[in-house]
Amino acid sequence: MKLRRRQRERLSLGIQYLVFVAIIAAVLVAADWGRLADAFFRVDIIESMFPTIITVALRNTILYTVGAFAFGLVFGTVLALMRLSRVAPYRWVATAYIELFRGLPALLVLFLVGYGIPIAFPEREIPGGVFGSIAIGLGLTAAAYMAETIRAGIQAVPKGQMEAARTLGMSHVTAMRTIVIPQAFRIVIPPLTNELILLTKDSSLAYVLGVTASTIEVTKFGRDMLNDRVNATPLLVAGLAYLVITLPLSQVVRRLELRYAKAR
Amino acid sequence: MTTTPSRPAVEIRDLHKSFGALEVLKGIDFEVGQGEVVCVIGPSGSGKSTLLRCVDLLEEPTAGRIWVNGVEMTDPDVEIDAVRRGIGMVFQSFNLFPHLTVLNNLTVAQRRVLRRGRAEAERIARANLERVGLSDKADAFPAQLSGGQQQRAAIARSLSMEPKLMLFDEPTSALDPELVGDVLTVMRKLAEDGMTMMVVTHEMAFARDVADRVVFMDGGVVVEQGPPQEVLGAPKHERTRAFLARVLDPTRVARLGQPDESPAPPEGPGLPTDGRHIV
Ligand SMILES: Nc1ncnc2c1ncn2[C@@H]1O[C@H](COP(=O)(O)OP(=O)(O)OP(=O)(O)O)[C@@H](O)[C@H]1O
Ligand SMILES: [Mg+2]
Repeated sequence: MKLRRRQRERLSLGIQYLVFVAIIAAVLVAADWGRLADAFFRVDIIESMFPTIITVALRNTILYTVGAFAFGLVFGTVLALMRLSRVAPYRWVATAYIELFRGLPALLVLFLVGYGIPIAFPEREIPGGVFGSIAIGLGLTAAAYMAETIRAGIQAVPKGQMEAARTLGMSHVTAMRTIVIPQAFRIVIPPLTNELILLTKDSSLAYVLGVTASTIEVTKFGRDMLNDRVNATPLLVAGLAYLVITLPLSQVVRRLELRYAKAR
Repeated sequence: MTTTPSRPAVEIRDLHKSFGALEVLKGIDFEVGQGEVVCVIGPSGSGKSTLLRCVDLLEEPTAGRIWVNGVEMTDPDVEIDAVRRGIGMVFQSFNLFPHLTVLNNLTVAQRRVLRRGRAEAERIARANLERVGLSDKADAFPAQLSGGQQQRAAIARSLSMEPKLMLFDEPTSALDPELVGDVLTVMRKLAEDGMTMMVVTHEMAFARDVADRVVFMDGGVVVEQGPPQEVLGAPKHERTRAFLARVLDPTRVARLGQPDESPAPPEGPGLPTDGRHIV
């Protein structure tokens, strides 16, 4: 039997739907829902996690993430500008830094900042305590990634923009600040958001600095509860807590992109 | 920075420019007087853009000297940002700032460079938008404008800095034919208002009607220059004739010799009335 192209397409699509439904059905039937609910969805445990998971754990996760992102963004922008500098040593230093920190695990950097800096400078403290250590510890790694993203964004701004700004009498620095960098940031919003989402999850590394009840974040909180209650429900709740951050974030970014699309 | 009003707006002496091994400008000497409108024409690749960009120091000359309003651009210690305030530059690709509204495109340099207050900068910006016929587009973003409107906004942006000299690099080459006229009208008005202009263009009718002098470039040198009716109407050099024959189709060449078909502006240089034909 020979099928015509449209018939073949329809058949292939039909089979794909069928496979999808079959797999869902198999999982639904095969899974032991009672035991699953017992392990992952104990209402009493969920209730016991509130409100601490929001007022302390989620709040700290957000604080650490925002802190690390802000530090990484500022430092990353500086590194990006150094990489584009006319002064060769700036380029060398920035390149070396970026290569080094992109190669090191974030956990290691966090550890070095948390324990190395206090040993190296016993007189001084990192401002902000645990928060400061995490913001800097994670931000140092994030800066290396963001620097490359921002540099690519700056280079993606057409050369004519800088030229037009310079012919209006702007200095290189003014043109960079008011014309080129604002456009570069519009270009790099999507990749930078990815970085922010990655940082949200990296903030779970805070445990290596020995967090306390007041500085605990979502993952550690979930794990402590897991050990405490010998039940996996806290992990499910912790997972959902991350989605509370990342899903709205994606929405905001979509809006920003739409708004900037008009101004492009 | 001292400007000497008696000196020409632009003086170029033995200008050379190479890109690597490629010598693009091979010794250019010429001047643009105060209030003069000079059109630079020539085949593609002859170095017209490079010459114009050297005047604003967007390209670093390899050798030779350039003065703009008496200030030497080629002096290594020139206060380049200060000199450029007095020079407007209009690009083929407009180069409006896409992240700013039209109004802010016109105010950003006024505020950052000239340190004007917001109210004053906006007043001047709106006056210049009106001058180019874009009063209603102040709050639009560049992407919402047609090419012709973008180019007029770009001209208004330069004018907002109140330059003494305007440089145009093929301002209408990127435009659809029906949008060219509006831009040329703005430039014509500017010329009538006494602006000193150096215009690289392929619009021969504009050169004929508006220019005080036409400069023909080929192969990195100025081949001939003079009043439009001479250079366009009765070119002395074979290269000029060949170029004009290529850019002007026969019907337009014929019309160029008959001014009564498109009357020149009253004070304009006008065309030879003896019906001389090009080629
Ligand atoms: N930045 C550059 N690097 C290398 N070569 C260049 C550069 N800019 C221009 N050139 C070369 O210099 C020559 C002259 O270029 P220019 O843009 O001045 O010509 P033009 O007369 O403006 O031509 P067109 O009418 O096509 O705009 C060309 O051969 C071009 O390839
Ligand atoms: Mg050109």
